[in-house]
Amino acid sequence: MEENPDPGEERQPCSVSVVLQGDGALQVEISDAVSERDKVKFTVHTKSCLPHFSQTEFSVVRQHEEFIWLHDAYTDNEDYAGIIIPPAPPKPDFEASREKLQRLGEGDSSVTREEFAKMKQELEGEYLAIFKKTVAMHEVFLQRLATHPTLRRDHNLYVFLEYGQDLSVRGKNKKELFGGFIRNIVKSADEALITGVSGLKEVDEFFEHERTFLLEYHTRIRDACLRADRVMRSHKCLAEDYIPISAALSSLGTQEVHQLKTSFLKLAELFERLRKLEGRVASDEDLKLSDMLHYYMRDAQAAKDLLYRRLRALVDYENANKALDKARMRNREVRAAETHQQLCCRRFEHLSDSAKHELMDFKARRGSAFRKNLIELAELELKHAKASTLLLRNTLIALKGEP
Amino acid sequence: MAAEREPPPLGDGKQADFEELEDGEDLFTSTVSTLESSPSSPEPASLPAEDLSTNSNGPKPAEIILDDDREDLFAEATEEVSLDSPEREPILSPEPSPAITPITPTTLMAPRIESKSMSAPVIFDRSRDEIEEEANGDVFDIEIGVSDPEKVGDGMNAYMAYRVTTKTSLSMFNKNEFSVKRRFSDFLGLHSKLATKYLHVGYIVPPAPEKSIVGMTKVKVGKEDSSSTEFVEKRRAALERYLQRTVKHPTLLQDPDLRQFLESSELPRAVNTQALSGAGILRMVNKAADAVNKMTIKMNESDAWFEEKQQQFENLDQQLRKLHASVEALVCHRKELSANTAAFAKSAAMLGNSEDHTALSRALSQLAEVEEKIDQLHQEQAFADFYVFSELLSDYIRLIAAVKGVFDHRMKCWQKWDDAQITLQKKREAEAKMMLANKPDKIQQAKNEIREKERVKDFKTVIIKYLESLVQTQQQLIKYWEAFLPEAKAIA
Repeated sequence: MEENPDPGEERQPCSVSVVLQGDGALQVEISDAVSERDKVKFTVHTKSCLPHFSQTEFSVVRQHEEFIWLHDAYTDNEDYAGIIIPPAPPKPDFEASREKLQRLGEGDSSVTREEFAKMKQELEGEYLAIFKKTVAMHEVFLQRLATHPTLRRDHNLYVFLEYGQDLSVRGKNKKELFGGFIRNIVKSADEALITGVSGLKEVDEFFEHERTFLLEYHTRIRDACLRADRVMRSHKCLAEDYIPISAALSSLGTQEVHQLKTSFLKLAELFERLRKLEGRVASDEDLKLSDMLHYYMRDAQAAKDLLYRRLRALVDYENANKALDKARMRNREVRAAETHQQLCCRRFEHLSDSAKHELMDFKARRGSAFRKNLIELAELELKHAKASTLLLRNTLIALKGEP
Repeated sequence: MAAEREPPPLGDGKQADFEELEDGEDLFTSTVSTLESSPSSPEPASLPAEDLSTNSNGPKPAEIILDDDREDLFAEATEEVSLDSPEREPILSPEPSPAITPITPTTLMAPRIESKSMSAPVIFDRSRDEIEEEANGDVFDIEIGVSDPEKVGDGMNAYMAYRVTTKTSLSMFNKNEFSVKRRFSDFLGLHSKLATKYLHVGYIVPPAPEKSIVGMTKVKVGKEDSSSTEFVEKRRAALERYLQRTVKHPTLLQDPDLRQFLESSELPRAVNTQALSGAGILRMVNKAADAVNKMTIKMNESDAWFEEKQQQFENLDQQLRKLHASVEALVCHRKELSANTAAFAKSAAMLGNSEDHTALSRALSQLAEVEEKIDQLHQEQAFADFYVFSELLSDYIRLIAAVKGVFDHRMKCWQKWDDAQITLQKKREAEAKMMLANKPDKIQQAKNEIREKERVKDFKTVIIKYLESLVQTQQQLIKYWEAFLPEAKAIA
């Protein structure tokens, strides 16, 4: 099934990571996307005057796995340890939607043709919405990379943007997956130790505060995410409920012979319109609230990872100190220990500075993103509520006016 | 009143009737001629009794005999009402209360006798006008409320007592405002009495809310959870609507049983409404017999009007059921939405608490508050959905069942009449009786139409109420979001 959102036309405005102060030196966007079977192909379009590139404007086609490869390249890179790496975009997931479409296709004898057409329309709309969302997520990821002063200079990014051929990033094979798995376990164990009672003296109050904050924040935002999702789904169910009601009312209307006929038909129309409105409310909530919460949950995780890396560096630093002391005591290999210690120290301090900067930036970014989205959410809800009121009032007048 | 309880053997009894008829035959030939043009065909609806009676010189005794005759026939017949929905049995009192001649039919009869020369349709109009007059009169000057459900007693003998408050300015009641305590079986008893009396006359008696053994047992056992309170609330609302519908009907309003129900402080216990009583078992046996009977009756539907109406009602019933199911789904999902919104509000509040950015934190708490209020809104809306819309629909579905019951009576009557006809084929009285049947048919139609008008009004008012509740919800939503907007803008 091929679906092409018209480039430039109904572009989903970047709902999540707002205010990107780019200096325009590197502009990236996803100009097109095609969905084939279970793969989505993104056309990444770059505009740049940087010397690294051979052209000023060019496009490549990338798939989701290649984005993940890029993300991993960043996270594995020690140089970027002190930076919050923009979270990787989630894998495009059309499973749920596809299942629903299939179920609908299998046919349900109790639904009339009109109802069927409406439900199909709803589901197709849903599919399209998911599609647009995944495009937006991938785009935001790239754009954050492109606007970050440090990250944008990465060689891998250039390769990603320019290399015409397939990056042949195979899906991770078993060993790598396993390795990744182990690494995660180790990381979380470490994390637990570090964030727990490890006797590690956190000298900097700022970081201490940040650590407690982030841990709590992450859990809570994850919670809020789940619940917002549920609200959104309930709203969708509600909207869908109006379909059979409207159908039943219109068939009642066609059957009735007298006064009630027009009333029924009007009611049927009312419910049909209400359904559309409710559906829009649900999708707006999804966009403005759910999506935002999801994104910042992932971002908070990235920030946590940063903190973790910093703590690791701190551990290394402490170990280096201890090694130095031991060396001094034994008066052996002092020089080596000293250099090592200095290295660790410098690394740690560099990391801390960068982390501080990043974390404050994260806070500001969060504030402005929430602000924008909450305002938009409120405005949209108002718009829909006003439309509903108008619709209901008109119907009431019509109903009351009849004998 | 010396009512003869046992039905006179068909042959003899009918003889007597037709002799009386002979006198009045002339009376009807004039009306018959005008009726011939009407499409309705012979139909022994249930009013011939009254027709015959008014012709004879001694109206009362003859009337009573015939009433009893019919009543006995119909006592069994009314069992059929609930065949479509086994759980909804109208529980009839074993003995119809002393025949209280329905007042309205006689007033209907009076103009007919007086103005012999008037053609039927005109009479018909007048009678309809009269009913309308009564309807527009001071019938609606009566308000009934059912409130304060209270649990009386303990254990399996416990029951819920409801307070029935009446406010009226009608003269037939002793006071202007009074209230009594009634229990559910009292309501059922009232319904069964009214049904016995009026169902065979062709009126559509509003059906009573159904028994629910599970629900009541929960209440009896004292399970104080939300489902039992909901159940009680549902029942209370249903009882209120039932009484309101009953008093709207001008004829039923005049009934002394209804008056007694509303006024007297002590009411004899309607024991026969108990599910497990002897009468209950008898009912079940009768029901089974009738079910078999129904399957074997093959009536030639020669009346196009009735056939059409029946078909219409079938369709209507189906549609309403479908609609009802969808509305129930709506209610369920709205409740879900409300619960989910509440959960989200809580987590948004927690998020706001842990948020570092102060302005954002404040905004998030505001959001949480807004969402909480919205959740309340949704809950209320769910209630409105349910009590206003959904229950209305189920009432209508039950009403249709009652209407079907009337149709079933017709069928039953027809069967009896058919049997009677076979034995009396030679008599030309049969022919006259057929002519006679035309008129009651018209009256039946009148009633149906009036019923529909009421239905239209009733339905409309409820729908309007429901839509208004929706409007209110939306307006509240607007208010909340408008209050939130500046907060969101204030995030530094």
